[in-house]
Amino acid sequence: METNTTSYNNPGAIAGSTPNGSAPKWRFACQVEDIPSDGGACVSLNEEQIAIFNFSRRGQWYATENRCPHKQQMALSRGMTGSLGEQCEPKVACPFHKKTFSLVTGECLTGEDYKIRTYPVKIKDGKIYIGM
Amino acid sequence: MSASNKPIVVVIGNGMVGHKFCERLMAATSSFRIIVFGEEPRPAYDRVHLSEYFNGKSAHDLSLSMAGWFDEQDVELHIGDPVREIDRTAKLVHSRKGIVQSYDMLVLATGSGAFVPDISGIEKKGVFVYRTIEDLDLIREYAKGAHNAAVMGGGLLGLEAAKALLDLGISNPYVIEFASRLMPRQIDSAGSHILETRLKKLGLQILLNKSTLAVEGGESIRTLRFADDTSLDLDMLVISAGIRPRDELARLAGLQVGTRGGILVNEKMQTSDPHIYAIGECALACGMIYGLVAPGYEMADVVVSQLTEGNKSFTGFDMSTKLKLIGVDVASFGDAFVSEPDSRTIVFEDRHKGIYKRINITSDGTRLLGGILIGDAAAYNILLQTVNNRLPLPPDPEDLVLGSRGGAAAGAGVMDLPDEALICSCESVTKAAICTAVMEKGVESVEGMKKCTKAGTGCGGCVPLVKDLIAGTLKANGRYVRNVICEHFDQSRQELLDLIKLHDVRTYDEALGRWGKGDGCEVCKPAVASILASCWNDNIQKQPVIQDSNDRFLANIQKGGTYSVVPRIPGGEITPEKLIVLGKVAKKYNLYTKITGGQRIDLFGAHVGDLPDIWEELIDAGFESGHAYGKALRTVKSCVGSTWCRFGLHDSVSFAIEVEERYRGIRAPHKIKGGVSGCIRECAEAQSKDFGIIATEKGWNLYVCGNGGSKPQHAQLLATDIDSATVIRYLDRFLMFYIQTADPLTRTATWLNKMDGGMSYLKNVVVEDSLGMATQWEAEMQTLVNSYKCEWKEVVEDPALRQRFVHFVNAPRKKDPSVSFDNMRGQIKAKEW
Ligand SMILES: Cc1cc2nc3c(=O)[nH]c(=O)nc-3n(C[C@H](O)[C@H](O)[C@H](O)COP(=O)(O)OP(=O)(O)OC[C@H]3O[C@@H](n4cnc5c(N)ncnc54)[C@H](O)[C@@H]3O)c2cc1C
Ligand code: SF4
Ligand code: SF4
Ligand code: FES
Repeated sequence: METNTTSYNNPGAIAGSTPNGSAPKWRFACQVEDIPSDGGACVSLNEEQIAIFNFSRRGQWYATENRCPHKQQMALSRGMTGSLGEQCEPKVACPFHKKTFSLVTGECLTGEDYKIRTYPVKIKDGKIYIGM
Repeated sequence: MSASNKPIVVVIGNGMVGHKFCERLMAATSSFRIIVFGEEPRPAYDRVHLSEYFNGKSAHDLSLSMAGWFDEQDVELHIGDPVREIDRTAKLVHSRKGIVQSYDMLVLATGSGAFVPDISGIEKKGVFVYRTIEDLDLIREYAKGAHNAAVMGGGLLGLEAAKALLDLGISNPYVIEFASRLMPRQIDSAGSHILETRLKKLGLQILLNKSTLAVEGGESIRTLRFADDTSLDLDMLVISAGIRPRDELARLAGLQVGTRGGILVNEKMQTSDPHIYAIGECALACGMIYGLVAPGYEMADVVVSQLTEGNKSFTGFDMSTKLKLIGVDVASFGDAFVSEPDSRTIVFEDRHKGIYKRINITSDGTRLLGGILIGDAAAYNILLQTVNNRLPLPPDPEDLVLGSRGGAAAGAGVMDLPDEALICSCESVTKAAICTAVMEKGVESVEGMKKCTKAGTGCGGCVPLVKDLIAGTLKANGRYVRNVICEHFDQSRQELLDLIKLHDVRTYDEALGRWGKGDGCEVCKPAVASILASCWNDNIQKQPVIQDSNDRFLANIQKGGTYSVVPRIPGGEITPEKLIVLGKVAKKYNLYTKITGGQRIDLFGAHVGDLPDIWEELIDAGFESGHAYGKALRTVKSCVGSTWCRFGLHDSVSFAIEVEERYRGIRAPHKIKGGVSGCIRECAEAQSKDFGIIATEKGWNLYVCGNGGSKPQHAQLLATDIDSATVIRYLDRFLMFYIQTADPLTRTATWLNKMDGGMSYLKNVVVEDSLGMATQWEAEMQTLVNSYKCEWKEVVEDPALRQRFVHFVNAPRKKDPSVSFDNMRGQIKAKEW
């Protein structure tokens, strides 16, 4: 079987994860089927909690920190995904107080000064890798 | 008139048209006794949507009448008992089981059967027709061992059958057509070409110009031999080569039939015997057999009108059609084939996208005559209206197929249609009737319009037009108020609910695909999830990602990221044994316990991964989900009532339990709370609930639309001194009305505050049944009640569902290390944030 690799290197992700500009180091997170389609789940990597989102409507993958900066709750992976505006900016809403964050830039989209870290994702042979 | 001396109408055939006839006659008058004989083993079902039987619909789903309809309506139905002879002199029919029944009027609605060509070997095993549920059962069974299967006939029904082969997982499905193109009656060669390309992409192989000579093989079919000396190896063949009217009974009785079959009728649908009518696909009217359901319904109406001294007659019917064939829109309307020099034809073709549009216009370019649309039939309704109402064309008629390039929509808008334009052809409703209903009767939704005018209740094809007309009329009158759900849906919750019900949509993705844009959000996902749950009552765990976090994990998320567990304690009554279980479970999983405002016990601080284990123990002890996490019925609070209280008039606890168990689990726009008090002292605070029931000397008083919360509001009196059964009936209606019309996250109090006419209107609707919806709502509520299942029990018993309850998918046993608790009064408490 031919190997099948796709990377989802959104610009915000690289900047967010490797502030010094160095290439990300790929870490194995979980299997593709562990993440519900059009939803998210959390993995533990390096003692950090990473939320991974399978945006299957658009065939995209995103990863962010699991912590919501509003009240420091480990909850973003349980949030609902969706999109904002004509440009269809992909986003996630925290289940606690419904503040929403861009999955691409990590920017808070509900008008507050929060930002979450985002990470690049790579899918290879049905396995998910996070660049950290 | 007593039943015994009413004139008797016997109906032969309980198919779509025969059934519609019974419905319409019962609705028009009660002065006949109706007796129906049906050959099939079940009451009438929706043959038009027969193929959905392979997509998860059951025979029950397809049924056209609700259980008990025939009894209620006092229509006598003999199923599985065909009539085998009509004695016209004595006016008697003889059934196969030996019933001899006299009639005053006889209606033949025997439909048609599949036309099976006379080819050698056609009787072999593995050859089927596609007409009844039994046919489909046989096909499904046989298909399990089949790889190569074909449909003979590339017409409308043949392509339906081909879709069924795809659905059944046949690896090599074929369509074999005698003519040189698909759907020869509806579309032209160029259109067929585009359709073929799209069908091939879906895996169907299409053989045109094939005349079949023989079916070969041993006992079962193995090969099909064609006239051009080619052959095709097959395990299975479905014949769909046209229909043949079931006129055998009429022939036997000496009624006149057409040379090519069909029972001859005049414009009153009378056969050559004036006491016998024929309707539907068995009738030969205006020189043709009408193989669609809408003309059949029209024929049924004509006979009802004749029997009730009306003078309606049948003068032919527009055979324009629009369907979705295997996911491809195909429409043909007006005169689809007329060509030069009698007309000018404009064709638009996009082979890449698989779109073909043809319109035929008069040579002087002023009127539209007809056309064909493939791949994109969005303009069908308005084009058909343009033909039927002879509307003037825009200066550049090609805009009709190309769409307007910038600016407003090309051609006529709905509001330009003349008043007499027929919008709903199944129910003969004109534009004027619809606009009048909006202006004078205050109808603002499709559902309301169906009730008021019946528009859209037949095939449903006109619903988009009806919707546009409602919106257009409201707008023209400056009454344009719409609460769209969010940026992704242009509909209000009620409109979306109507659409979802009408189109039988079961998933969020399908709803978004049909009516939405973008990728949805945290507002429309749970709103649609709630609508789906209210409509179908499926376990919400089937679509976890569109549920609010609370519904996704069937528990309320609490500060710190843990969850709370609230089992149902109906009416607040609990045995000591169950109390002990709650205590043990709370101790074992280190949970904080508190009595809630709704008379039950809340266990806080559960890790997501512990939820299934906790619930397993609770369910073993006889508890069930309390739906504290859902927009659903929470509790029905009760006072102790007449069993212990010296003032109590009735047993308020028993009634509270009954009511709570009736409505448990039903999803609504917001949470619902209830209360039952045993006397006017009102210890259960029932008047602060969405519904409150208070005992009186003579029965119960029912209050609705009360609210605690941030803006308290007292419930208002809906009915006085009614008995328990009436309380339930009114509650059924009230709750369904609320569920179907309230905006998302609107409690009953706010809903009432926004309602035009307020409490007196609500009373009219619920008590007086002014919308005529009572029976339907009660039945819909009963369906929801009957389909109740404890969601937690389903999760606990399903290992795949259980697996979802983990914090880390890559370390399922590991708990969230960020969770920690403080202590307070001997129990845990969430850490401050
Ligand atoms: C797969 C399929 C898809 C279709 N799709 C569409 C569509 O998209 N749009 C559309 O408009 N139409 C469609 N049709 C056609 C539509 O179903 C028919 O026009 C409609 O069912 C005709 O109604 P009817 O009552 O005349 O006949 P039927 O529904 O066939 O009912 C006749 C009944 O009479 C019974 N009967 C016959 N003889 C006797 C007897 N001697 N005694 C007692 N009972 C008897 C038969 O068993 C049958 O139950 C479709 C049909 C099929 C099979
Ligand atoms: S409401 Fe009436 S019956 Fe119920 S507890 Fe109070 S006093 Fe007793
Ligand atoms: S009143 Fe406020 S704080 Fe108290 S339970 Fe309700 S939402 Fe929470
Ligand atoms: S904790 Fe995330 S929005 Fe409040």
